[in-house]
Amino acid sequence: MQDNEVIREFLVESHENLSRLDQELVELEKHPQDAALLASIFRTMHTIKGTCGFLAFSTLEAISHQAESLLSQLRDGERELTPALVSLILETVDVTRKVLASIEESGEEGPDHFEGLTERLRNAARSKTAPVRVPIPEASPAPASPPADDGGEPAEAKKSEEDAAKSSAVADANIRVGVGLLDKLMDLVGELVLTRNQILQFNTEREDAALNATSQRLNLITTELQEGVMKTRMQPIGMVWNKLPRVVRDLAVSLGKQIRLEMDGSATELDRTIIEAIKDPLVHLVRNACDHGVEVPEIRVRMGKPPQARLILRAYHEGGQVNIEIVDDGAGIDLERLKQRAVERGTLRLEQAGALSDREAMNLIFQAGFSTAKGVSKVSGRGVGMDVVKSNIEKIGGVVDVSSRAGEGTTVKLKIPLTLAIIPGLVVTSGGERFVIPQVSLLELIRLEGDSRDKHIEYVHGTPVYRRRGSLLPIAYLNQVLGLQSPERGEAVSMVVLQAEERQFGLVVDGINDTQEIVVKPLGKQMKGLTAYAGATIMGDGRVALILDVLGIGQRSGVLAESREQARGGSKQMAHAGGEQQRLLLFRAGSFSRLAVPLSLVARLEEFPQSSIEEAGGSRVVQYRNRILPLVPLRAVLEPDAAEPDQPADPVQVIVFNNGDRSVGMVVDQILDVAEENVTVRQKTVRKGLLGSAVVGKRVADFLDLNAVLRAAAGDWLQAAGSCGVGRSILVAEASPFSRGLIRSGLDMVGYRVLEAGSLDEAVRALQQHPVDIVVTAIDLPPVGGAALVREMRLRQEWQGIPILALADSAEEARARQNADFQDCQVKFDRDAMLESVARLAAALASSETAGVCVGEEQ
Amino acid sequence: MAATAPAKSDRSQTSGQFSTFFVADLFFGVDVLCVQEVLRFQQMTRVPQAPEVIEGLINLRGQIVTAVDMRRRLCLPPRAGGQAPMNMVVRTEDGAVSLLVDEIGDVLDVEAAAYERPPENLDRAAKDLIRGVYKLKDRLLLVLDAERTVDLTAGWPA
Repeated sequence: MQDNEVIREFLVESHENLSRLDQELVELEKHPQDAALLASIFRTMHTIKGTCGFLAFSTLEAISHQAESLLSQLRDGERELTPALVSLILETVDVTRKVLASIEESGEEGPDHFEGLTERLRNAARSKTAPVRVPIPEASPAPASPPADDGGEPAEAKKSEEDAAKSSAVADANIRVGVGLLDKLMDLVGELVLTRNQILQFNTEREDAALNATSQRLNLITTELQEGVMKTRMQPIGMVWNKLPRVVRDLAVSLGKQIRLEMDGSATELDRTIIEAIKDPLVHLVRNACDHGVEVPEIRVRMGKPPQARLILRAYHEGGQVNIEIVDDGAGIDLERLKQRAVERGTLRLEQAGALSDREAMNLIFQAGFSTAKGVSKVSGRGVGMDVVKSNIEKIGGVVDVSSRAGEGTTVKLKIPLTLAIIPGLVVTSGGERFVIPQVSLLELIRLEGDSRDKHIEYVHGTPVYRRRGSLLPIAYLNQVLGLQSPERGEAVSMVVLQAEERQFGLVVDGINDTQEIVVKPLGKQMKGLTAYAGATIMGDGRVALILDVLGIGQRSGVLAESREQARGGSKQMAHAGGEQQRLLLFRAGSFSRLAVPLSLVARLEEFPQSSIEEAGGSRVVQYRNRILPLVPLRAVLEPDAAEPDQPADPVQVIVFNNGDRSVGMVVDQILDVAEENVTVRQKTVRKGLLGSAVVGKRVADFLDLNAVLRAAAGDWLQAAGSCGVGRSILVAEASPFSRGLIRSGLDMVGYRVLEAGSLDEAVRALQQHPVDIVVTAIDLPPVGGAALVREMRLRQEWQGIPILALADSAEEARARQNADFQDCQVKFDRDAMLESVARLAAALASSETAGVCVGEEQ
Repeated sequence: MAATAPAKSDRSQTSGQFSTFFVADLFFGVDVLCVQEVLRFQQMTRVPQAPEVIEGLINLRGQIVTAVDMRRRLCLPPRAGGQAPMNMVVRTEDGAVSLLVDEIGDVLDVEAAAYERPPENLDRAAKDLIRGVYKLKDRLLLVLDAERTVDLTAGWPA
């Protein structure tokens, strides 16, 4: 069934390609020097050959392969174009049509009568300079009348003309509709919807049974029509992916490789135009990955990889774009070889080659005609491919990004804008205007009423922050960002928590309305420079509303300081896989003018009047939220010998840390700032209570050893969760950055070194690059679940001993999985249970290493 | 553009039918073939932070169209209070754009012989946007270059 589908598509597409070839070849004869035209012909022929290859039509493949060889010589300027040559290629086109007709009728290519043609093509390709002998008069280069010298059947020629006249039935069964027409239909339907809304409004104002019935019917039909028209434009990417398993399988067999294809997100909907545009590039990329990327099993085994290679296709919406990734775990791209090839081809001078950055070198693969394959195979190696991929993707406004690690694999990422995709969005108001926030960037909504609004929005050196479940969230005001009028101070504050490029911030708006499915439309070029908007949409009442670009808003307001380009480039990957990018709270205490702790550890910032501080059990405490909060004077811990200041500060500045249900307040002299930095602690200090120092915001800051400080002052602090964590590295594998952050903050707190991974690949990469003691993975880790990570780890000897804690979404699931392959399974958001379990695993590790150096604290 | 082209070819290119409109006391014309439609004042969505010549976005049967205020585009004083502008929707390379004008005039046939290049001492704000002048019987018709008008990087004093 599916094969029939594939073949029908193949027939339709091939007929189109052949018609184009006819036209282009005749055109080429008129303008033999037109390199672009020649390149286009070459690509078309390449596509035909490629598709024939997938479907194992060997006759067609043989013919088109030879024709392609000829064209490739023409393209590279190795031979002149003669009318005879054109005739020969046109004959190929006709023969191809004939075979297609046979495939349509019987599903078979039919008897191979075309030995003669193949032979002549081959001869022509071989004798580069010799004139091509074609037994037709040179004066008639028209596409018709191929000679009847193959197989000696005089009827053949006539029949072929008849065939040409009788167009393909399959091609007729489908109507190709211009996208322009669909666009127009869509616009008209939009208009109809608005009119319908008005009529419904009208209907409610009158009591007319006939009008009522009619308008209900109108309502129904309009909705159906709208859905129908939308459907004509939107298609799941699975449409294109469907044929890939077969492609990969056949390629793998013919290349003697073992490849497992995994597809993730095949339901991701894309606009029809985009589907069309990415179809060929995707096939090219998959072929490339199979042919160049993946190694043969023997080599893989020698490299310590499983013999079966993995090829992952992934598609997802992100920040107003569709991302499509093609990931293989093959040999990766050898940059040195790329440079060498470019020098050999003469497109790069030797001295330039040395100066190229890795990224620039990687871009060499996008040059036309570039290939590092040692020989030309029928699969690939001619150098069509990456340049076509790039030009096709850029035509629809997308970006191609290739990243690769020698020996570990290659990732090709296509970022495609969804100019017409339908996305869910949240409608908010600000300054009297409506704006739409794409749902993908939205984490949660927060409403602060009455007293709590002032308590919860605080200022760190003039910067507003909100305390959100144990971490500080920087805040921006939409009114200010867009220069709109602020309303009167109302009863409540509405805030949306947004995420862009792995970072979160709160955006305060005047009001939050509802979520709607919206159609994204691009803005005119007059507004290109406005980074705050991703596009516009038409709302139910017929008015236009702007769609906010969350990243742009974050940057305009300064809550996301990094420039867009930088963030889009490699640094993002680093920051999130390595977890080095940290937000730091900077403060002052005693003679230490710049101290830092990770912001993720801070629960709240508070001010208490001196008068509220009381003595209890020999230490200072304060009543806080109906509880007793012990206070740790940081100055006294760091400098026990220094005298108390004569004039204690009033009010007292306190940083509150939480652990489970216990809290501790650390008294500091002044809160300075929040900074985001790529921090490595450079200089170790021996001083008690400090980890070391590092440069933060161009100035040196001392890092507080929170564990030591709090332990020294608050005694039994941290005992509850166990403290075997110090020094252990834990890999947290979880898709949602938000959940990951939650898990991380819990582990950070107890002193574990935490690595993060958002998917199976990232997790495996992290395991390869860093020593890991314990793995914490979500059951639903993409692409196929946490169990895959467990399998992956059990394959490698050095990873077999690493204990694994799985996190499930619910208690039922956690119980059900308790005895699976993992050491333990807990509920994802039960922090205490998770910490306890991790502590248990750490303790078990410790006792197996050196009996009882670290005693498990639990129970 | 107009400055370098020979006068002769200018003539042959710019004669024909023009849709006319008024902005303040100026009488403009654009090639009738590039006018999509003319509309009364439409409800508009402001675009905060956009260049100030952009009045807003309008929904034209499902198509989102940018409205450019011609008064501001030509550095003229704002319309008198209460006077609602008209939309002259023109087709450009970048899709339809609405020009907000004071009043819509007739479609006029003009003769090539009446054409002249704009005066050299024309105000900077207008110079880039006005391609030429037709000397009509009782007034001057200024030929507006629609493409340059909607290209906000052109002719805008820094």
